[in-house]
Amino acid sequence: MDHLTRLENKSIYIIREAYYQFKKIAMLWSVGKDSTTLLWLCRKAFFGQIPFPIIHIDTSYKFQEMYRFRDEKAKEWNLNLLVGKNEAKLREGMGPGRGSKLDCCNELKTNALKAVIKRYHLKAILLGIRRDEHGIRAKERYFSPRDSQFKWDYENQPAELWDQYQSTVEEEEHFRIHPLLHFTEYDVWDYVKREKLPIVPLYFSRDGKRFRSIGCHTCCSPVDSDARTIDDIVEEIRTSKTSERSGRAQDKENIYTMQRLRALGYM
Amino acid sequence: MSEGERALPIVIVGHVDHGKSTLIGRLLFETGSLPADKYSEIQRSSAMLGKRVEFAFVMDCLEEERSRGITIDTTQTFFRTSKRRYVIIDAPGHKEFLKNMITGTSQAEAALLIIDSFEGIQDQTKRHAYLLGMLGLKQISVLLNKIDLVDYSERKFLELKAEIKDFLERLNVHPTSIVPISAIQGDNVAKPSGKTPWFDGPTVLQALDTFHPLEMEEKPFRFPIQDRYTVDGEKILVGRIESGHLIRGQTLFLLPGKNKVVVKSIEEFLNPNVMAAGCEESIGISLEGKHRTRRGQVLAGDRSSTVSDRIRANIFWMEQGVHHNGETLLFRCVTQEIPCRIEKIYKKFDPASMTLTEDDALSIQNGEVADVLIRLDRKAVVDPFNDIPEMGRFVLEKEGRPVAGGIIL
Repeated sequence: MDHLTRLENKSIYIIREAYYQFKKIAMLWSVGKDSTTLLWLCRKAFFGQIPFPIIHIDTSYKFQEMYRFRDEKAKEWNLNLLVGKNEAKLREGMGPGRGSKLDCCNELKTNALKAVIKRYHLKAILLGIRRDEHGIRAKERYFSPRDSQFKWDYENQPAELWDQYQSTVEEEEHFRIHPLLHFTEYDVWDYVKREKLPIVPLYFSRDGKRFRSIGCHTCCSPVDSDARTIDDIVEEIRTSKTSERSGRAQDKENIYTMQRLRALGYM
Repeated sequence: MSEGERALPIVIVGHVDHGKSTLIGRLLFETGSLPADKYSEIQRSSAMLGKRVEFAFVMDCLEEERSRGITIDTTQTFFRTSKRRYVIIDAPGHKEFLKNMITGTSQAEAALLIIDSFEGIQDQTKRHAYLLGMLGLKQISVLLNKIDLVDYSERKFLELKAEIKDFLERLNVHPTSIVPISAIQGDNVAKPSGKTPWFDGPTVLQALDTFHPLEMEEKPFRFPIQDRYTVDGEKILVGRIESGHLIRGQTLFLLPGKNKVVVKSIEEFLNPNVMAAGCEESIGISLEGKHRTRRGQVLAGDRSSTVSDRIRANIFWMEQGVHHNGETLLFRCVTQEIPCRIEKIYKKFDPASMTLTEDDALSIQNGEVADVLIRLDRKAVVDPFNDIPEMGRFVLEKEGRPVAGGIIL
């Protein structure tokens, strides 16, 4: 069995296991390459008929191309798309200019997510995070519990061995499910290439620059690159000497911002 | 080197502070696998804590891990040599975090056991070595670290080497190499050290290159049913092939029970007309005719499975607190979830002391290993671990949390 097929099969097993164990689940779609890969794997797992909603947490600061792509695919793949926004904070003018990145991410992303989970009584959510994205994400489990305050108790995680995932959930808790943990950045692009997955055009080079990681347009910087096609990108990642998230402002603010955010319930 | 080949997962285990995280950081650095921005990040946070560049920070990313100087949870990272790619799994060395060490180790196919040459073999060294054996890891290289602290002494190296070989032999574990290193100085990690001219064995990188990925042998077909979906009116059983392979039209046994069934189709999204499927594939199966099927049943290619409500096994306890025989647990083996209890503990011991602590014990706790009889509320379909490991290993849960792992004898 080749490498990508092995990764894919493991992800599909995890996705199906999560659905069986929790039933009331949803998938978080950021419209980036990882969550779009996750979405594709969900389609495979359920033979094209995903039995749960796909959620986009919209900070309202996303790139236009992302909104276009989102709406197009939702229609084409017949998705049950739900958009979550922290309307109250946006009305107050919350944005990256106001206060710290920690605050902005926390309010517009984490708290918007909390509201969606409460509103739809979700027991678990699927996310496309990977171990190699960030040292903190490398500490994650495939099935990772969150308490009623959305706190991640990283000092006391359940054991996870032999594909046995903890699934007992208390009244107010929910689980984060991470079916892509074992994919690397390179694997994702290789998979995108193999499956011919549609991808937001921002990832491709325009005027000598491209986005290696996308989020809100206010806090993402492009990197120098001439990679115009998937093949170019795959080759570029293979030989890269910098990390994927080096263009993300969040991690620059403070070394432990990501850890703090995640402890409060961030992705 | 093919990027399409999978990375070989290797776990690094050993007693607390014997140098696991430092070694990994150094390996990444030496192989050019540490991105420049990551290196500056660890430079910064090391300086903040008043340390010189702390390679352990590559893996220890939690603030608590860095400020306390310990690894709390397992982490994985990737690096490559000229031969291939590796996934390196770091495991905590504290007894308190045994379950995190087990979580990490269960994903590996080879291991590096690291021992502080100055301190020598400690409790977790023995416990980890024992668990490596229990978890089925056969490819192990032993690294005698901090050789700089014992003045690069050949005598000290040979002494420790003999001791660890003897210990491992008693566990039926045969290391492929025993290497004197200094992770902090870099001796024998990527390049042979000028300070150990008496040593003619491999460097750590060379030792890693001698490991090979586990081959899949042909075994009897086992497909534990994970769930059932109805897709366009068709009933599809989904799950993963844990061993063997399947051909459309094949006759299978639906266990537990006496029913025989025939495979009508093998279902994969956007892949019509699948004729066969192999080990590790997550697929859908539809059967001819009507059958009462549910999650937890196993579709088997032959009748060699053990179908029983009494299981003899070796278990290792990995949670805090004491468990008494007779208390309710949940047995989880592939997709089976069956309430159970430990009926009898034949023998129990703590690998750290390597002495039998008790015959006919009445309880078990963190760090202990035992030979037990488990009584299940209903029959399970399993295989001995040495025959089909996927069907012969299980987790025990108590009040929703995994508390022990075990292998079926």
